[in-house]
Amino acid sequence: MNRLARRKLTSMLALAFAGLATLIGLFFLGAILWTLVGKGVAGVSAATFTQNTPPPGSAGGLLNAIYGSVLMTAIGLAIGAPVGILAGTYLAEYGRGKKLSTVVRFVNDVLLSAPSIIVGLFVYELLVVRMGHFSALAGAVALAVIAIPVTVRTTEDMLNLIPQGMKDASTALGVQHWRTITAVIYPAARSGIITGLLLALARISGETAPLLFTALNNQFWSNDLNAPMANLPVVIFQFALSPYEDWQQLAWTGALLITVTILLLSIAARSIVRSAKAGR
Amino acid sequence: MIEATSVERVTLHVRERDDSTPAETKVEIRKLDFYYGENHAVKDVSLVLPDKRITAFIGPSGCGKSTLLRTLNRMYALYPGQRATGEILLDGEDILARGVDITQLRYRVGMVFQKPTPFPMSVYENVAFGLRLESRLPKSVMDDRVEGALRDAALWDEVHDKLGEDGRSLSGGQQQRLCVARTIALQPEVVLLDEPTAALDPISTLRVEETLQNLREKFCIVIVTHNLQQAARISDYTAFMYLGELVEVGATADVFTRAKQRRTDDYITGRFG
Repeated sequence: MNRLARRKLTSMLALAFAGLATLIGLFFLGAILWTLVGKGVAGVSAATFTQNTPPPGSAGGLLNAIYGSVLMTAIGLAIGAPVGILAGTYLAEYGRGKKLSTVVRFVNDVLLSAPSIIVGLFVYELLVVRMGHFSALAGAVALAVIAIPVTVRTTEDMLNLIPQGMKDASTALGVQHWRTITAVIYPAARSGIITGLLLALARISGETAPLLFTALNNQFWSNDLNAPMANLPVVIFQFALSPYEDWQQLAWTGALLITVTILLLSIAARSIVRSAKAGR
Repeated sequence: MIEATSVERVTLHVRERDDSTPAETKVEIRKLDFYYGENHAVKDVSLVLPDKRITAFIGPSGCGKSTLLRTLNRMYALYPGQRATGEILLDGEDILARGVDITQLRYRVGMVFQKPTPFPMSVYENVAFGLRLESRLPKSVMDDRVEGALRDAALWDEVHDKLGEDGRSLSGGQQQRLCVARTIALQPEVVLLDEPTAALDPISTLRVEETLQNLREKFCIVIVTHNLQQAARISDYTAFMYLGELVEVGATADVFTRAKQRRTDDYITGRFG
């Protein structure tokens, strides 16, 4: 066999394996979505959005869980976003070449891939044990801890994409560094930073483990941040494991809602990035 | 126009200079050395930059001409490991001395870069940007300053009806003139230009050069360029640098047609570089 034929064969084999691997991955993703939509759609009704989680055997919806999830995610992001953006700004702008920033970046990367149940246990020790009870606030803090490393990473990456020339140009006008950051660099990186926040939002809106140890669950509507609060992931967890069919149906519906939400957030993030690129 | 005849490969049109008023010294560089860490990039350069004239720095890539330019507003202070020794006197005051207010220095010494760098804001705000940080001007004064800067940069006619549009939506040449306007809006005394037309097409280049001619009466202008014809067209004085040294400096017509140094002549006639 001559060299050209061998190279062609190698190329074809590599392509075949890569294609096969892609197909396997896509198959499982498709299977999950198929099952989820098949089982979840059946349970979607007006009651899903208007009634609270029911006791076994009676009709109900997911209203309190949806509300709790939205509230805790929002508070989590409200805590996590400023911290993450400021830390990312430090890494990209002030900490260049400094030892501290190398350490912070490394720790952040570890945190980025830390199992979320560890975060749940951490906040459990930090807040739940001290306060003596589970609470929505502890849940929001746990979600913030998960949102921070995602935000730090995306913020740093996005700020690094801003051309040095633009920063130099601002500096050459006699503008102090912090003014350059707030008046020039942030606006230039705005779409990227927003994308990062949406990704962080998508990440924390489906987290179960940290909430299990912090916000726990609540069968009823609650506005009290100092008390346990219902939320979709934990409701899914409990209802799916229950022996009651109506609860299992609600779990499927909740899972579908979360998946669709995350899908929409990801699509929004991508389209923002695309329109920002087209605008340049 | 004087036809430069002693030049072999390139025909250079050297501008006729207006010598009616004697040039005053604006900046005096004395025994300047510059280091990137261990790398000795500028070696013992002494040079005078006259006011209300255009001085061009020419030389092959890596000869230190951009580095020299960036010492004049202390741009290098942004980067760790870079340092300059010697003196740079701006109106007699050493800007390399300790205790010099760098922000104040950069109001007096503006800089335009190779790539147009419009900020992510409207055309108007791009020009007003530096002014807003300096002082709170009434809107009418601000409007006048912005219009004046845009007129001086020969951009007003093209943008007066789209001041509210994003600065990044302008063409490359317009963006670069916007950057010039942004710089001169601060009414600096010295304007540094680091290869301002290297990223532009010939027509835009011409417009920027015309702009510089208009500005010549108001500022001490220093331009780094790889384009020899450009240096010949627009500058009053030319400094040739090679391997970090200042080889020769003089009136542009002299440097281009009667270079004293062999290396200058070789570079200008395209034998190396």
